[in-house]
Amino acid sequence: MPESETNIVFRAGGYAPQRVAWASVATLVLLIALWQACAWLGWMSTAFASSPVAIGRALVDLAASGELWGHLSASLRRLAIGWAIGTAAGLVVGVALGLFTLARSPGIAVVSALFPVPKIALVPLFIIWFGIGEGSKVVTLAFGVFFPTVINTLAGVDNVPRGLIRMGQSFNLRPWSILTKIVLPGALPAILSGFRITTSTAIILLVAAEMIGAEKGIGAFVLQAGNLYDTDNLLAGIVVLSAIGLCISWALGALERAWLRWR
Amino acid sequence: MKSGIGLRVAGVHHAYRDLSVLDGLDFDIPAGEVTVLVGPSGCGKSTLLGILGGLVAPTQGQATMRGTVAADCLNPLTYVFQDFALVPWRSVAGNVSLVLEDSALSRVERAARVAEVLALTGLSAFADAWPKQLSGGMRQRVGIARALAVRPAVLLMDEPLSALDAQTRGLLLDEFVSIIARTGATTVYVTHNLAEATRLGQQIVVMGRRPGRVRQIIRIETPLSERRADDPALVAIEATLWDLLRHDAADADRELADARI
Repeated sequence: MPESETNIVFRAGGYAPQRVAWASVATLVLLIALWQACAWLGWMSTAFASSPVAIGRALVDLAASGELWGHLSASLRRLAIGWAIGTAAGLVVGVALGLFTLARSPGIAVVSALFPVPKIALVPLFIIWFGIGEGSKVVTLAFGVFFPTVINTLAGVDNVPRGLIRMGQSFNLRPWSILTKIVLPGALPAILSGFRITTSTAIILLVAAEMIGAEKGIGAFVLQAGNLYDTDNLLAGIVVLSAIGLCISWALGALERAWLRWR
Repeated sequence: MKSGIGLRVAGVHHAYRDLSVLDGLDFDIPAGEVTVLVGPSGCGKSTLLGILGGLVAPTQGQATMRGTVAADCLNPLTYVFQDFALVPWRSVAGNVSLVLEDSALSRVERAARVAEVLALTGLSAFADAWPKQLSGGMRQRVGIARALAVRPAVLLMDEPLSALDAQTRGLLLDEFVSIIARTGATTVYVTHNLAEATRLGQQIVVMGRRPGRVRQIIRIETPLSERRADDPALVAIEATLWDLLRHDAADADRELADARI
């Protein structure tokens, strides 16, 4: 049989997505431009969905009148306090479940039972318990943030190679050093990816809580605009919420790049 | 200066649930010498090393340490791990420094010790590198540097070269000889490699298949610095070791295959 010669085809490409910063911005710009074009061309009713230009104008007016800052500062304060409390408690409980036999089984049972409960359904209960003021809103956020933080922290602690902990013990490191220099840094990737989930959850719960009972806050503002069929302001509020999400996402990305550069 | 710390293994039995892995071990590990543990897979060599290092509690019997620990020793029984056990989020210097950070050493003393052991292991130029940037051999050098930083009385080395390629193994083995000679630490070295055993061991403890018992203890009096791989006396001892282990190794291998099926 005659010998044949065949080119060897490269087949190991892909499965390695790269970060292309400009593509993220370009996609957003393109979507907004498309939206504006639809409004200009009359392909959508601006009575039901305002155009980006109208939303921009509404935002400028809200900023100039100071109304935006009042709502935004109220929301950001609730978001920061609720998220911080839920995260701190979730980290402590998650680490305890990951490290201590006595905490693990009872703790996982409680977390598994309460995690699937929709936290929005608990807002009326929290209003009864903590009043219509700030307390119920902060508790709603903290409660919603707590469970995903516990679960991600537990997974992170479970994934820390036990060989590293044994190494620490073999060198007589104190338990506090093993926790802060081995366990927590090892669990950090999972904890940070949990932050992405909990910040989004916190924004959703913030809006829900503010819609149920608040005078100030982006959620209350969006609800009020909706009641008045003021789609410019309604969508301006949603743009602000989206901007908050984007800023948090950017900040978390920066934290990941700074703290996980060893990966 | 030779370490004055010797170890004694007295009536040690160990079982993982119903699986007995060590069965009545009794022997001494002389101070300032290298004792090599050899035996077929699963005979309990690493478990015994864990018992000596206080990382495994024996089911019965005990391991004891005899002698006076030097004043500058921060961790008498110090492990060198097979898989290096480096924390990936710390640099080379950070990994070494980690084991000194709970000690009473000042920051300056700590930095001096880190610099000293990095120089001793040829890692000074890599002090700021991440572990992921290093080859396997370099990572194990970091493991050695970290162990030396605490000025150990006893070095417990669990197959420290098994994850490395043959060339790196040869180079590091020579470095081990020089480091052990310089520090004088009592060393317990677990290996499957009989050439390593005869190159390093002043006392070779041959263990039988699971549950591990001591089959024979062989002494080699040739000083470490004078040993050569082609030394006929060492080659003969290697052949003796293989004769002792051959059947057990084959049985252990078959047992492992049966367990997998």
